[in-house]
Amino acid sequence: MAEQVLAADGRPLKTSLNRALRRQKLRALMLIAPLLLFILLSFVMPIADMLFRSVENQIVGETLPRTVVELKDWDATSGAEPDAAVFEALARDLSIAVEEKSHTRLGSRLNYELTGISSLFRKTGRSVDEVGEAAQDALEALSPAWAERSAFGGLLGTARWTADLDAWDGEGTAPAFEARPEMAAALPETTRLYTSFANMVGAEGDNPLTEKQWPIVSHVFAQEIVTAETPDGLDAFGQAVFSDVKAAMAATTLDDPKAIFIDVDEDWGSTDVWRTIQTYSPAYTDGYFLNSIDRLKGADGSEARPENEQVYVTLFIRTMIMSFTITVSCIVLGYPIAWLLANLPARKANLLMILVLLPFWTSLLVRTSAWKVLLQQQGVINDILVWIGLVADDNRLQLINNQTGTIIAMTHILLPFMILPLYSVMKTIPPTYLRAAKSLGATNWTAFWRVYFPQSIPGIGAGSILAFILSIGYYITPEIVGGTKGVFISNRIAYHISTSLNWGLAAALGAILLAIVMLFYYAYDKIVGIDNVKLGG
Amino acid sequence: MKMTTKLMATSALVFAPLAAGAQDMADEMTIVSWGGAYSASQQAAYHDPYMENTGVTIINDESSAEAVAKLRAMNEAGNVTWDVVDVVASDAIRLCDEGLAMEIDADEQLADGDDGSKASDDFGDLLVSDCFIPQIVYSTTVGYRTDLVGDTPPTDICAIFDTETYPGMRSLEKRPIGNLEWALLCDGVAKEDIYDVLETPEGQDQAFAKLDTVKDSVVWWTAGADTPQLLADGEVIMGSTYNGRLFSLIVEQEQPVEMLWDAQVFDLDGWIIPAGLSEEREARALDFIKFATDTQRLADQAKYIAYGPARASSAPLVSTHATLGIEMAPHMPTDPANATNTFLYNYEWWADYRDDLDAKFQAWLSQ
Repeated sequence: MAEQVLAADGRPLKTSLNRALRRQKLRALMLIAPLLLFILLSFVMPIADMLFRSVENQIVGETLPRTVVELKDWDATSGAEPDAAVFEALARDLSIAVEEKSHTRLGSRLNYELTGISSLFRKTGRSVDEVGEAAQDALEALSPAWAERSAFGGLLGTARWTADLDAWDGEGTAPAFEARPEMAAALPETTRLYTSFANMVGAEGDNPLTEKQWPIVSHVFAQEIVTAETPDGLDAFGQAVFSDVKAAMAATTLDDPKAIFIDVDEDWGSTDVWRTIQTYSPAYTDGYFLNSIDRLKGADGSEARPENEQVYVTLFIRTMIMSFTITVSCIVLGYPIAWLLANLPARKANLLMILVLLPFWTSLLVRTSAWKVLLQQQGVINDILVWIGLVADDNRLQLINNQTGTIIAMTHILLPFMILPLYSVMKTIPPTYLRAAKSLGATNWTAFWRVYFPQSIPGIGAGSILAFILSIGYYITPEIVGGTKGVFISNRIAYHISTSLNWGLAAALGAILLAIVMLFYYAYDKIVGIDNVKLGG
Repeated sequence: MKMTTKLMATSALVFAPLAAGAQDMADEMTIVSWGGAYSASQQAAYHDPYMENTGVTIINDESSAEAVAKLRAMNEAGNVTWDVVDVVASDAIRLCDEGLAMEIDADEQLADGDDGSKASDDFGDLLVSDCFIPQIVYSTTVGYRTDLVGDTPPTDICAIFDTETYPGMRSLEKRPIGNLEWALLCDGVAKEDIYDVLETPEGQDQAFAKLDTVKDSVVWWTAGADTPQLLADGEVIMGSTYNGRLFSLIVEQEQPVEMLWDAQVFDLDGWIIPAGLSEEREARALDFIKFATDTQRLADQAKYIAYGPARASSAPLVSTHATLGIEMAPHMPTDPANATNTFLYNYEWWADYRDDLDAKFQAWLSQ
């Protein structure tokens, strides 16, 4: 084995070299760090966050935690609505959600899956405080002390907490609730609900001891106290609670949440609503993606949507075909112009270049609106065609509000993206090659096709990638000139982002679009080779 | 020493309330609206007098069309930069449901009517959401070219579906709302039964089948300016749009267009205050809202644009157009002569069925 080569300082040369290289790499990284950080923060992370929304579905589990657990064992195919325990859980969850005003939010989320849930939740939210009235009345009948608002706070909260509240000056948020451990053990659910109540009231800057507790707290308390074991070391009030109140509650008929809910809206008695809640209770869902390909989560697995609701697959296919058509039109129209640009004398080429760039610098909306004026049935083009007699006046061409309109306008808008890379590639092809071919006996066509064209392919590649990817994501132009048949999938994405607020579906559609673009890019790399793409030089 | 302390204490006592008063409300606010003639009417009727009275700076933002999405994004980012936002009622309901708008107690936080009525009575049924303060009543109605519809100008809404008497293109809004109701109405369904029928799949099929009969002669519009433009160019012979747009086309631009008030669909536009503002900004926003929705101010806006004030007590105060000098009352959608056959947009119903019917509508369009 050869002897190790040492550097001047006595270290092995290899280590020394590695070290120098590492330092260099680090310095290079430091140089691009601001840009890297910027791209990471303003580009990668927002996109990742948006893509994450396509599967995220925590809202159901967060808003209805108890219901989701109870509903787990319910068999949707049984045809019967869930049992009373589920309704009981729902009453608790909804009582809290109504105070947080999050029930309507959940309603609009689930309304994407089943029509009518939005108003069902809004309506039920207004009546949920009926659950607990019986318990509250019974308690107050038993002793006026229960009408006093601090009774529950005194029973469930620690002495330190009540003292803190008495000392609180009413500024900011109230001290957080502290439960007595023995009560938390004896009356766990009551304590949990009261904690929500006390902290929510406190967060609004009110004193929980002077606010009446939610009816649901009384309701759950009346249920739990009956079977609760009496904790040790109770004061007089506490002992009274665990003897007299316990006995009285055992004799009270409590509200039946199931009856109340079904009375508010009979939809609670239908299995559809419950099946939807059950299907969408996990924190992550593939529902949005299924929706994006015109399917839905049925009783057993995914199934196709009814035909009159299928729209996305058609739109995806249409977007692809039209983008492809637009790209091809760009090549056909752009190639000769780029050739002229590259081969005309400098003065004329510059003028032509300005003509190419001028529309490039004009506002997109202005250009699209101009096409509207040109293409409409009473527009300039139709007028000219009628005037020269090519088209009858009562049979004017339909050039806008359809696919033709989109293709014409978008080809115009994307043309510079094709011409510029083509031009910069053609500029580098030495004219001597063509001359050489001709001097060797090639016809004009053969010289072009066999010698010139192959050298311009990298420009076509770069231009096509640009035009195709840009047109796939376009939405303003199709929206304005596309009518009904000339719109793209991006128009639906925009609709779900800005109007229906169904961001999950928009994210899923966007993710699919992104995947398709990547796929095309990959295929392009395999077939043409990405190294063959040149933007210039 | 003692004297100075005393002095300082007194001055602190005297100035403290002043300082607190100044801190209570922000002195700059961002108001979001639709832009164009509509924003101009608000500027003249509300913003200018308010800035003059209070010295507050009002910054205008013309993003109402994307307000729902932007408010949600701002809310998620925890940085709401808008103070008062002008939205249509259905958006207000959505914002309220999502917890993105603040709830408002009409009687406590809004001015009483000039006739002494409580705000909740004065606005009446128009308070369609807890977060929404109505400002104007507008309607979506049909305008037609007088020179292109032949000798018998249309008198009722069903002219849209009558391609035999009125051949030619018509423009309709590219959304199910309004169109499905008109389709059923013209297919023989009684006005009061329309939403019951539309709830059933058969009813929906019936409405789409009726729309099918004109599908090939419809230009679908998305922006309020589309139909006036299409009418002016003669691209369509009739089309639906907001009544204020038709007013300026007919009265201000003197185009050969007439309005068909029949079966106009009433809708509301008004203010919301985003949830999660700081106390000072919220106080300022509430103060502005109270000023801008009082009886006189709402009546003032009608001087600049043909939309009806949302308060009952404002109606008698509606006067003449600020520059044209014509009486505005006959151009209001709420004017008794125009409101013989009206259609009230059913907010609650559409909040439920919007997602579903929109999917079906889009699928129908692309077939």
